Amino acid sequence: MKRIPDALLMAMAAVLLGLIAGALLMLAIGSNPFEGYYYLFRGGLMNMQRVGNTIALSTTLILTGLSVAFAFRTGLFNIGAAGQMLIGGLCATTVGLLVPLPRPILLVVMVLAAMLGGALWGSVPGLLKAKFNVHEVVATIMMNWIAYWVVYYFVPAYLKGQFLETESRVLPAASSLRTPWLTDLFNGAYLNMGLFIAIAMIIIIRFLLNRTTFGYELKAVGSNRDAALFAGIQVNRSIILSMVIAGGLAGLAGASFYTGYSANIQIGVLPIQGFDGIAVALLGANNPLGVLGAALFFGLLHAGKGFMNAMTGIPPEISDTIIATIIYFTATSLLIGRALDYVVRRKKKGGK
Amino acid sequence: MWDILIQIFPYAVAYTIPLLITALGGLFSERSGVVNIGLEGLMVIGYFCTAITIMQLQPELGSSAVPIGLLMGFIGGAVFSLLHAFASINLNANQVISGTAINMMAGAITVYLARTITGSGNILIRSGLTRRTIPVLSEIPVIGRLFFTQTYATTWLVLAILLISWFFLYRTAFGLRLRACGEHPAAAAAAGVNVYFMRYIGVMVSGAFAGLGGGTIMVTYSGEFSGSVAGLGFLALASLIFGQWKPFGVLGATFFFGFAITIANVSQVIPEFAVIPPVILRIFPYVVTLLALVIFSKSSQAPKAVGEPYYPGQG
Repeated sequence: MKRIPDALLMAMAAVLLGLIAGALLMLAIGSNPFEGYYYLFRGGLMNMQRVGNTIALSTTLILTGLSVAFAFRTGLFNIGAAGQMLIGGLCATTVGLLVPLPRPILLVVMVLAAMLGGALWGSVPGLLKAKFNVHEVVATIMMNWIAYWVVYYFVPAYLKGQFLETESRVLPAASSLRTPWLTDLFNGAYLNMGLFIAIAMIIIIRFLLNRTTFGYELKAVGSNRDAALFAGIQVNRSIILSMVIAGGLAGLAGASFYTGYSANIQIGVLPIQGFDGIAVALLGANNPLGVLGAALFFGLLHAGKGFMNAMTGIPPEISDTIIATIIYFTATSLLIGRALDYVVRRKKKGGK
Repeated sequence: MWDILIQIFPYAVAYTIPLLITALGGLFSERSGVVNIGLEGLMVIGYFCTAITIMQLQPELGSSAVPIGLLMGFIGGAVFSLLHAFASINLNANQVISGTAINMMAGAITVYLARTITGSGNILIRSGLTRRTIPVLSEIPVIGRLFFTQTYATTWLVLAILLISWFFLYRTAFGLRLRACGEHPAAAAAAGVNVYFMRYIGVMVSGAFAGLGGGTIMVTYSGEFSGSVAGLGFLALASLIFGQWKPFGVLGATFFFGFAITIANVSQVIPEFAVIPPVILRIFPYVVTLLALVIFSKSSQAPKAVGEPYYPGQG
């Protein structure tokens, strides 16, 4: 029998525990968890349009998940994906609304602007970490809130809609990542060209980490910084570049979300996808393919929650609770590991 | 300038107090050796527990529902923080990840419950605390006007907790042991200190204080639970660093941030501040924290073993 990798087993255990916690919460408010989960999954999968929406939500999560996972491989914890994504979305929206260019060029410029904006936002914690040994967790949290307030004042000042102060104008179709053939294929779903960016990034990041010297150096820094330094790797440069790339990936998530899934940018919200990215990376064991799987699963949880709420009255926040619980259980993988060991040992004893 | 100060001072204090008590909680946790970035979530839990208790009890008990609500926020925060304590102390989990999970869980589960109970995600209460002017003391020239008029009872409660905390941490054997667990847990253990127990105390105090901080927001300037404290928990974390893990340093840092928030809030109506773009005022606390981190990077007073799991028998 082929052995299932430990990471996959752990991930499955964490998901199972998360779903059990969700079921308990449904029971606590007097709902039937089987019914709840039935409608939750049905809501994400029952027709082409819903499948398209699930993939569209997953697209953003793939990119934020890759962002967090990539930084993790260099031993950095990027809690700032939310802020980087927000700035990426702001850059893409600004270009989309204000720069008159023919559509193909415009889209490329928008995506590049998003990537650069996110990379810039990621570079600050990277620089502070490399030059001054400032902990990246605190620095990225501060950068999140700086992004929050920058968007809060920039959007009403320069991108204001006709009626609402709290969101930007709606992007014209010409500057949206949505494209008619893809929208028609999925019966009007939010699915957009961000998906192709996400898939390309999975391939590129996988190649970068597994097949290049640069990727090897980043991983060496992540495994043992002192040993990497001793081996002649430029640790500081690796840290900065890792955060720049992580920021760029989160910036792309911003483009896919604000100019593809959505058609404008709201103020006063740090995108939840940035934090879900942490869950995606952890559940995916910081591996690009694992990220893909985890993002699809979380995308499904988010896509189906509205339908579940309509059919059963269970509040949609159940999905966020399940995701948070899964993060908690992946953090405590030791407990799961011990439990698995125990089961394996019991089995061996029973066999003898 | 004096008039402006008199005008905005009560608001600045109102914003400072929840930050102060939460940061003080974080101080206990980090001094015992456990990083707690879940402060934001723990505040939300306290915010929720206080709101729901007051909403349920106010029709019968009237104004005495408010202190009961605050107590429930305090307890709720402490109980919820057990999740973080168990993960980081018993299971050697990555404390930053566990804290992140706490933040996400708190925001989701409270709105989930609020929706079930009230129908919407929000909880409204009829009345919170009223501002009181302290007799006699408020007659003192200058400072009487500034410090003893228009005050909330929670302000005095939190300041009292600050003094008690300082005494506890620096003038009792228990406080010394707690700090030792954050500096060198193996040495503390060798001296007969139960590191696990001390760290549990540290984390639970942080949960209780953050819960009280959230409750304070509810009964002072908010009056409505909405599922988020808009980054105040993270600002409390920043205050902890800015105040270099010392109680009175934290007091200074939170007061500074409380003032910064207030100035940003009122800048549009006060001509002296209206010349500064509001975005500058808003990002000011976060930029200052980043700068402080750079300046302190060489001489940080952070507890030496903070964030590191403790294994029995480690040398």
